[in-house]
Amino acid sequence: MRVPFAAAVGLFFTALYFLAAIFAPLIAPYGMAEVVGGVWEPASAEHWLGTDNIGRDLLSRMIYGGRTTIFIAAAATVLSFTTGAVLGLLAAVLGGWADQALSRFVDLIMSIPTLIFALVVLSVMPVTLPVLVLVMGLLDSTRVYRLARAVAVDINVMDFVEAARLRGEGRGWIIFREILPNALSPLVAEMGLRFIFMVLFVSTLSFLGLGIQPPAADWGGIVKENKDGIIYGIPAALVPAIAIATLAISVNLVADWVLNRTTSLKGGRGG
Amino acid sequence: MGPIARLLAQRIALGLLLLFLVSILIFAGTQILPGDVAQSILGQSATPEALANLRAELGLNEPALSRYFDWLGGALTGDLGTALTSGQDIAGQLWTRMGNTLFLAFWAALVSVPLAIFLGLLAVRYRERWPDKLISAVTLASISVPEFLIGYVLMFFVGVQLGWAPSVSTIYDGMSLGAKLHAIALPVAVLTLVVLAHMMRMTRAAILNVMQSAYIETAELKGLSMFTIIRRHAFPNAIAPIVNVVMLNLAYLVVGVVVIEVVFTYPGMGQYLVDHVSKRDVPVVQACGLIFAAVYIGLNLVADIVSILSNPRLRHPK
Amino acid sequence: MADTLLEIKNLKIGATAYPPGEPPQEITIVDGVSLTLEKGKVLGLIGESGAGKSTIGLSAMNYGRGGVRLTGGEVLLNGRDIRPLRGGKMRAIRGAEVTYVAQSAAAAFNPAKKLMEQITEAALAHGRCSKREAEERAVTLFHKLGLPEPETFGNRYPHQVSGGQLQRAMTALALCPEPDLVIFDEPTTALDVTTQIDVLAAIKDAIRDTGVAALYITHDLAVVAQVSDEIMVLRGGKTVEYGTCDQIINNPQEEYTQALVSVRSIEHEEKQPTPEPVLRVEGVTARYSGTRFDVLETINVDLHPGQTLAVVGESGSGKSTLARVITGLLPPREGSIIFAGRTLSPDMPSRSREDLRELQMIYQMADVAMNPRQTVGTIIGRPLEFYFGLKGKAKRQRIIELLDEIELGEGFIDRYPAELSGGQKQRVCIARALAADPKLIICDEVTSALDPLVADGILKLLLSLQKREDVAYLFITHDLATVRAIADSIAVMYKGRVVRYGTKSEVLSPPFDDYTDLLLSSVPEMKLGWLEEVIEHRRMESAGH
Repeated sequence: MRVPFAAAVGLFFTALYFLAAIFAPLIAPYGMAEVVGGVWEPASAEHWLGTDNIGRDLLSRMIYGGRTTIFIAAAATVLSFTTGAVLGLLAAVLGGWADQALSRFVDLIMSIPTLIFALVVLSVMPVTLPVLVLVMGLLDSTRVYRLARAVAVDINVMDFVEAARLRGEGRGWIIFREILPNALSPLVAEMGLRFIFMVLFVSTLSFLGLGIQPPAADWGGIVKENKDGIIYGIPAALVPAIAIATLAISVNLVADWVLNRTTSLKGGRGG
Repeated sequence: MGPIARLLAQRIALGLLLLFLVSILIFAGTQILPGDVAQSILGQSATPEALANLRAELGLNEPALSRYFDWLGGALTGDLGTALTSGQDIAGQLWTRMGNTLFLAFWAALVSVPLAIFLGLLAVRYRERWPDKLISAVTLASISVPEFLIGYVLMFFVGVQLGWAPSVSTIYDGMSLGAKLHAIALPVAVLTLVVLAHMMRMTRAAILNVMQSAYIETAELKGLSMFTIIRRHAFPNAIAPIVNVVMLNLAYLVVGVVVIEVVFTYPGMGQYLVDHVSKRDVPVVQACGLIFAAVYIGLNLVADIVSILSNPRLRHPK
Repeated sequence: MADTLLEIKNLKIGATAYPPGEPPQEITIVDGVSLTLEKGKVLGLIGESGAGKSTIGLSAMNYGRGGVRLTGGEVLLNGRDIRPLRGGKMRAIRGAEVTYVAQSAAAAFNPAKKLMEQITEAALAHGRCSKREAEERAVTLFHKLGLPEPETFGNRYPHQVSGGQLQRAMTALALCPEPDLVIFDEPTTALDVTTQIDVLAAIKDAIRDTGVAALYITHDLAVVAQVSDEIMVLRGGKTVEYGTCDQIINNPQEEYTQALVSVRSIEHEEKQPTPEPVLRVEGVTARYSGTRFDVLETINVDLHPGQTLAVVGESGSGKSTLARVITGLLPPREGSIIFAGRTLSPDMPSRSREDLRELQMIYQMADVAMNPRQTVGTIIGRPLEFYFGLKGKAKRQRIIELLDEIELGEGFIDRYPAELSGGQKQRVCIARALAADPKLIICDEVTSALDPLVADGILKLLLSLQKREDVAYLFITHDLATVRAIADSIAVMYKGRVVRYGTKSEVLSPPFDDYTDLLLSSVPEMKLGWLEEVIEHRRMESAGH
């Protein structure tokens, strides 16, 4: 199997970030909240990325922050994905009033910009990790729902599904053997996009001060902590921002590659 | 009533219904969720008496339904209540800030829309060649980059290192237009970059979709020049999809504004909203949320209306 | 030769293909085709899909669709090679000397512009006449082409006229600049058979009256025989046979041409009705939910065991709806379906597994009738497992038997649908239906998406299976030639009613009702001069009335 260059770069960085997140305590040279130097020291042999606004090691903080960002994004993606996909497939197969009710409700939620909705809800809810994951995951599941429903409705009207119905097959067979295998590749590709969106979403919330609360931090939070340095020409805030961007781009490259591979496999063997 | 008028009336009625439902959702989101507003404001250490007083002051002891209609009635007559934290009239505060936000969004739209359409056309013209490939690479990157990264990168290099534009965008009444524009140069640039790639790609797709129609081939086989084909055959059919693209992206811009205002500490509605979310000032959050949602719904409504108006099947019924 | 209009010498056309996951490949679409067309003559290009006929037609305008390029040879138009022309010189030919009539006029007209503007556009753009002259010409053409209200027809928008009218308007568009050559690319293929004959006659008259030369592209030899002076038979981008119309139809030399000429001449002896029908449709009336009119009105037909009932009609006649009612996908408002002596429950989900098993269905589009993620073995094996509980070796054994029956063989068992040709896919669908050991198979337009020779193979297979398995077919089609080939009895449907019903010989013998007469006389026959005969006949009849 030949992996194209872009996908290889994407795979490398994705793997790097995920491994760093998993093994954070083993890799990080200092503790996350440990003050080890002066304020905004430049990069040196002891502090590869310098220190932050109150003298903590920026690299260690980045590693722990990445752990938080990736964990929240992954958890929210799983929630968004399972809720959206299950409801979307069900709506498509059941049709009728269940489909109508769900779809109109989703339309309603989607008529408010996601970030604004999240801000409204977070203004009254305590900002804790489970609340964040829940709010992000549920709000985003509307997009997965729309995609899953659209894909499943397209497949549901195909003659091979009708043929299975006419044979007398039950709902389980129709969903799991006829529809799901054909809906999988667009859904898997969407999963990558959802993950990226979640990374950006949690970063934005933290950046606005409404996500992870100090002294814990994710990448968005680290940007917020160090943003005042920018005006004095200190680029510390750019480091986590760039990490967010590279993670998102890498996952995107991998998702693109997976999608291309699965579509070229469509109906064939071996690829 | 003609079919167009009927469709338009339906669409507008639907928009109003949606707005009404959204107001319920926003109200419910802040009032019915398990969080207790009084508790949030005063914190965990508040005494029960203080909590009870605050609840009474906020009217939290009345039934939710009557509070909702009070709120909605006020909102419809321009009274958005008073802010809990400052005790100031929200409508008065919002008015200036909304003006500032619209000022920023207006200039960002003015720069980005023509630029995006021009670049989209360029991508179609050089399809599968390097300008097109560059555009799709930039798009991939731009959907992966958080708005505040673009903001800080520009601030760091253009604002601080080069000193071409102020890093903090302060504007106030009495500034000349030129001074205001100089102050918002960086946020406008960031917002433009944020929506540009999206809008470009969607414009490209919309135009390509039209250019691949059989009637464009017919026009080519009539021996018409490329310019005539685009002007007479592609353009009339591409208006609706392009307007749709623009409206979608303006809606996206409205959300982008929130983050960008915080980055550049710009005195707009987005920053006002974010400030008061952290202070848990619910009436302000409700008011801002409702206005943002209304703008969003309104832009989508305009897109639908344009596509109804430009559909020849509806304009010239059988 | 002074009167040679178009001469194509050793034309080669190529394109770049992008197979997924592989490097791009150069492919040849047309390989060494030569032809000559004299002024005022019509050359028919005929072949199956992929034969390269449209590509050759468009080469006369130096135009390649998608990434198609003219890679070699000469295209001489009025004595000069147009292949090297580019830019303005190339555009000067298109829409002026050579014009084009597309298959789907509905898509080829700009929906946002009035017809008149589009029809006169080419003539005006090339400065061939004034706006007034162009519009006068267009109105004259509307008269000639038999369009309604010719004076004001041009003020309409494309969506305001019917498909047949739009196709004629497209012909007007092509003739308005008074070109030397018109390329007709399957101009009647998308039309119903009764509409096709009028459009065909209109095109033929217009060609004769204006003295224009034409390339007429189609897959239907019977159609091309009506309008052409010469015919070129193409296959896989190469010339198979090239000769006068008379020679190709009456004295074909090549085996492939002979097969095309004799297509659908399958002989089928009709069987007589039995006392006990396997399927009885009794007074069925049906409508789709949310609509206000019946798509089927009091339908009564019988189908006898081991026989074929052909349900014939044009699009919108309700013939496919009848299939949906019988299968229970659309419960009727009135009437009942009696199958093998018992009354079926009107809606499918409440039918017994036995009822479902004995009544199988084959679809028009074989590609979407099979799950692309399942192998042929799974597709055929599922009914065996589902209805008969076959497993493992016994199941595999039966699958192989069925594959043999449809003349594919064991080697196909692990293939996916995407790896099969159109005809093979339809065979697998037949095997899936047979696997249930049914009493009745509903065949919904099963051959209409296939090339004629492939379709012939499928029909022969269906007939031989009927002999062996004694299965009855309800055969839904718009194609009367197919009906003649396989039916025992026929129901002619028109606007939701059965207008004629009986054994094949009864239905196809006079006296006819008006609609059946129109339908039967509209089916192109593989003989020269058929079109004139029919038109003349109709003219006399309408004069007589």
